[in-house]
Amino acid sequence: MSVAFETVSASYGARPVLSGVTARFPRGAVTGIVGPNGAGKTTLFRAALGLMKTSSGSVKVLDKALPQWSREGLARSIAYLPQGSDAHWPLQARQLVALGRLPHRAAFASLSSVDWIAIDEALVRCDARQFGERRMDQLSAGERARVLFARALATAAPILLADEPAAYLDPAHQLRLMELLREEASRGTAVAVTLHDLALASRHCDQIVVLDRGQVAGQGAPEAALSDAALARVFGISAMHTPDPAGGRAALTPWTRL
Amino acid sequence: MDATVSIQELRTAPDHARATTLALGVLLAVFVVASFLLGPSNLSPGELFSGLLSGHGPAGVIAREIRLPRAALGIVVGAALGASGAALQGLFRNPLAEPGVTGVTSSAGLGAVLALYFGLAASSAFLLPGFAVAGALMSAGILYLLSRCGAGAMALVLSGVAIASFATALTALALSLAQNPYAMSEMVLWMLGSLKDRTLSDLAFCAPLTIAGLLLLVSASRGLDALTLGEEAAQSLGVDVASVRGRVVVGVALATGAATAAAGAVSFVGLVVPHVLRRFYGYEPSRLILPSALGGAVLVTAADIAVRLIAPDGQLLLGVVTAMLGAPFFLWLILRLRSES
Repeated sequence: MSVAFETVSASYGARPVLSGVTARFPRGAVTGIVGPNGAGKTTLFRAALGLMKTSSGSVKVLDKALPQWSREGLARSIAYLPQGSDAHWPLQARQLVALGRLPHRAAFASLSSVDWIAIDEALVRCDARQFGERRMDQLSAGERARVLFARALATAAPILLADEPAAYLDPAHQLRLMELLREEASRGTAVAVTLHDLALASRHCDQIVVLDRGQVAGQGAPEAALSDAALARVFGISAMHTPDPAGGRAALTPWTRL
Repeated sequence: MDATVSIQELRTAPDHARATTLALGVLLAVFVVASFLLGPSNLSPGELFSGLLSGHGPAGVIAREIRLPRAALGIVVGAALGASGAALQGLFRNPLAEPGVTGVTSSAGLGAVLALYFGLAASSAFLLPGFAVAGALMSAGILYLLSRCGAGAMALVLSGVAIASFATALTALALSLAQNPYAMSEMVLWMLGSLKDRTLSDLAFCAPLTIAGLLLLVSASRGLDALTLGEEAAQSLGVDVASVRGRVVVGVALATGAATAAAGAVSFVGLVVPHVLRRFYGYEPSRLILPSALGGAVLVTAADIAVRLIAPDGQLLLGVVTAMLGAPFFLWLILRLRSES
């Protein structure tokens, strides 16, 4: 199991943000994490990265307990794309993607051919190579989001955690993003992604973890985890289901507020 | 995709880093020689250079004891301030951060004045720079804590203004309490900075501390690059953000503290230099630190030459020239940042 949370609890000060969360991000699968605002989706990622102290329970990364990981080893194992990522300086897009290679580089070593190939490949896969030479402040929000995603891919880690990567993308690039996540998973990567868009989550994820006020409210295949009962209970909505004429999963569209 | 070709192409980054570094190096060499040759005594360049080599006669004394320390301190002070500015801007991810604006220089000046006028400096040669570094460390630490509490760009600059005013007020108070007949003129000297009448012993304490500070800043440079993505992303890339922060705060305190102990508070060098140079180094914080040291050395040496050309009687202070360049630049920068956000 790539990432395993075992009855994990955590709090910001006195406010509990995760209570007894047990969840898994298996390798080779895309795990979608959904839940209302403040449900603890980001905190779950932060707990996996060791950025957040847990008060009880255990987190295992690649079957090794989190405290046993070295800083560098963990950085090579998990690529993390935080929510609302942006570049604070207008670096050239390619140089920004190059930051994803930091965990693989010795101190003061310059980029190797392996690094450059990983950078170029990440740019190509994110459909961003054509503006690799441009500065970040000369790109649109959607283009920047693709470059930042390429930065996470460039690390080539066995685990990829992406927090709301679809937020600034147009529909075509949202679908491209989900394909990319699928590609990553088919290479054996454990992919976990938080999504507000339930339609994307239900159609493109292998399994869904539904978080509600810091607790797991459902976990499993999209049809089961995003059942009408779960949607009503957790999100307070009802959804419309449209069958896929091609025989795939039915589309889920949030329809009315209950 | 043709990876083999592109890798070779990519290694030569399409910016002007090398040319810029070379130009700065040439400028610095020219200005340092000019600074060495410039002074009230009517000695020819030939006499000065042979005096520098032999150390004999009046030319030897002037070359070694007056001109050399002044020219060399210009390099060291400028390098300290330029690199400190680049590192602080990288750490705070804020182009307004700078030792002068953030009150680090004023606090270093306060430390130096406390050591000097209460007789501590006489007991050990290390106490004056030691106090200056401690003052710088304290203000850099306060700023750092404020930034941790989520203070934004403007809040940091405003806190810097408050720290600077407070340190300046305490400096004035210390100078008055020390019952120094020259309190007012000394005060001005500390507030505006000068390289006039410096000795080799000033250089002897300033240079090693500055070099130690620069080494710390360079050791943090990769972390500063990662911080371009924000603190959490940097941590997820294996960067020990707390250590980066500590290196920058201590490195800036060492370099700025030493520079201020030797030359007083020379402002705005750390603001202007990294900002002007950033575009030539691909906006990457790590690549900016050493060129900013070079650029700071160029600016301070040039300003010190200007000071002597404008007022050969020695009445004009170094900080006047740097502030006249830097203050309008600072205002322009604030306006530009506002229009961007």
